Amino acid sequence: MTATTPAGTASGTSATPTSTTSGGGLAGGRPSPGGTPGPAHTGSAATRVLGLLALVAVGVLVLYGLVISPADREMADSVRIMYVHVPAATLLYVGCFITTVASGLWLWKRTPGWDALAESGAEVGLVFSIVTLFSGSLWGRPTWGTYWVWDARLTSTAVLTALLIGYLALRRLDLDPDARSTRAAVLGLLLVPNVIVVNRSVEWWRSIHQDSTLARLDPTIEGDMLVALMVGFLAMALVFTWLLVHRFRVAWLEQQADRVDLDAALLARRAEAADAEPAPGSAATAGFDPPAGSAPTVPTDAAGAGGPSTGADPTDEKGTPT
Amino acid sequence: MEPVVHLRDAVALLGRFPALAGINLDVARGEVVLLRGPNGAGKTTVLRVCAGLVPVVRGEATVLGHDLRHDVRPVRRRVGLLGHATGLFDDLTVADNVTFWGRAYRATPADIDAALDLVGLSGRLRDVGVARLSAGQRRRTSLACLLARRPELWLLDEPHAGLDHDARDLLDGLVRQAADQGATVLLSSHELERAEALADRVVTLDGGMAGRVEPGVVPTEAAKAPATTLTGVPDVA
Amino acid sequence: MWRDASLIAGRDLRVEARSRVTLNQVAPFALLVLILFAFALDPDGPILERATPGLYWVTVLFSALLAIARSAALDETDGVRDALRLSALDPAGVFVGKAAAVAAELAALEVLLGVGVIILYGADPASLGLLLATCLAATVAVASTGTLYGALVSGLRVRETLLPLLLLPVLAPVLIAATRAFESALGGDPARGWPWCGLLATFAVLYSVAGALAYGTLLEGS
Repeated sequence: MTATTPAGTASGTSATPTSTTSGGGLAGGRPSPGGTPGPAHTGSAATRVLGLLALVAVGVLVLYGLVISPADREMADSVRIMYVHVPAATLLYVGCFITTVASGLWLWKRTPGWDALAESGAEVGLVFSIVTLFSGSLWGRPTWGTYWVWDARLTSTAVLTALLIGYLALRRLDLDPDARSTRAAVLGLLLVPNVIVVNRSVEWWRSIHQDSTLARLDPTIEGDMLVALMVGFLAMALVFTWLLVHRFRVAWLEQQADRVDLDAALLARRAEAADAEPAPGSAATAGFDPPAGSAPTVPTDAAGAGGPSTGADPTDEKGTPT
Repeated sequence: MEPVVHLRDAVALLGRFPALAGINLDVARGEVVLLRGPNGAGKTTVLRVCAGLVPVVRGEATVLGHDLRHDVRPVRRRVGLLGHATGLFDDLTVADNVTFWGRAYRATPADIDAALDLVGLSGRLRDVGVARLSAGQRRRTSLACLLARRPELWLLDEPHAGLDHDARDLLDGLVRQAADQGATVLLSSHELERAEALADRVVTLDGGMAGRVEPGVVPTEAAKAPATTLTGVPDVA
Repeated sequence: MWRDASLIAGRDLRVEARSRVTLNQVAPFALLVLILFAFALDPDGPILERATPGLYWVTVLFSALLAIARSAALDETDGVRDALRLSALDPAGVFVGKAAAVAAELAALEVLLGVGVIILYGADPASLGLLLATCLAATVAVASTGTLYGALVSGLRVRETLLPLLLLPVLAPVLIAATRAFESALGGDPARGWPWCGLLATFAVLYSVAGALAYGTLLEGS
């Protein structure tokens, strides 16, 4: 998941930004957030500012989290992981929410942008779910002595990670793009309801067995620690947004590369006809102007072509001897 | 009279691929029209478009009076499609399959029995599992499923493939009888000689296009005589 | 819609009656899983007895994967999908019918497994009402969720591996709730189990509705 330059694909197809007059694009022609359709890379002024802010915020977080804020009374220094763990968990839910809403909107409007957004939300959400699990595990080691405990948040995050992996697996299928998007959208629409049900049932379950010491995953936070947590939220949110924008643009560009200009495809399809005669009165070619310089060579003289039917004389076919 | 099928410059997509790149086709009620052309020309797609299974994105497309670009659902119930795939359940018997599909298409039990009768599967073979049938018998079972719904428009995709000589005669007879009773038939076939004898008209497809319509072969006497005695099939229209 | 549902359910059950796959293959598989758990967990100690509710439902879930895959395979061939679209059948009815057939097969399996668990693990079925209600709700939940997800992966080359990956995390709450309800029932404290049964019923309703609404879109769009 990188902000690479898919320039090779974007400029190699007939869907180059300059030919917007064709009017035959199969997908809706929404310009990307970068401004011009089909940019050569996913960066832009906006994301550079965003990235810088995110970097600064993370720096501040490190400062606050590791240096300025005090250690917790009970948990000592390990509480510092909370400043990453809790925001990561929250943003994981944000990612899932984005996927579900975008999936629903795609099913309703069928604009490809929503499909790209749904995929991006899930993928960035997966990153944050892994961060959540990892940070939770790191926190568990000094606190409980083990790398994993079956507390409500970690357990439901683990299930949620599985849900996201499944969603992304469905997205990677080798299918017709519209069919794939439809299936993924139905699955995506169910993501938030699944998350809610899983959360409720896991919390309820663990609440039976938890005693108060084990349940202290969220210690009371005040003062500098609260500030650190807020900075954590801000920093994680900025990183999330930066990742989301880039991932969305990559997905958008991928879709652009897949997009087929309908008129060009029609040209290619018609060229398959072995005995194509451009009959002047034929309605099949009415209203169709081949772009200059790109018209296929249509043989006007089928005499030597030996095509399956030479057309004008029906008696030839009737009289075919058995 | 309004044509049963009216396609003008129709463009249809299979995914992103324009399987039909500009089809012109008009079929009148009661006509039997043969589609022919090389593999990949779009014959199957034309049939599926007329069934309302493949969307039309450009041009005009009207089947049985319904505009396919706006509402395909009413069309689906009035057509019968016999495709490459059988649509049968291997674990069930012939009778089970035809009964299921018949009821799915809201056919009456009488229609279902008549359909089985017409294809010659109402005897011993009725209660045989489909998995144990030959390819030709399976095709006949699928044909019975089509007959049970008594469609106004028959869409037959290479119906002769896999059938033996008697079964092909049976099929031709059924097609002729249906056309005589007012149904319209659109079929594709590589069995050109037999199909051309059956058809009133031949349309050639190539590269997803069809614009030229040639008058078909004048039906010979042999083609007109039904291969089997067809007992009273109620009017289709 | 109900008429269509009963037509489809009848067809699915008739296929099962003729082929007997659930009876001859899935049921023995389920019993085999129970036996394997006994090997893994030492029947002489207390572990097996304490783990019985969970093991029961895990076995049901694994067996359900097989039953759901079979059900989905019936309607995934091109010919059948086309014919379904051409027919007058209401997709919601098709969904309900398929889910009902799977539920019936699972219910039979659960009874068989219940007997197996009583015999093999020595379980004591007090609070029969809670047990039955839990089975009913969980069965409907698993069947409707499974039918929807089966449609999501139908026709794909990778469906055998994708179905468990998609379905099992979604059914995790069902496993949790059903196991807790069974624990309460077998432990003689049914009052604590009924809320879990309620959760199962809610889940079942949610997925029944979701499946009925989504099945048409999936039938057309893929």
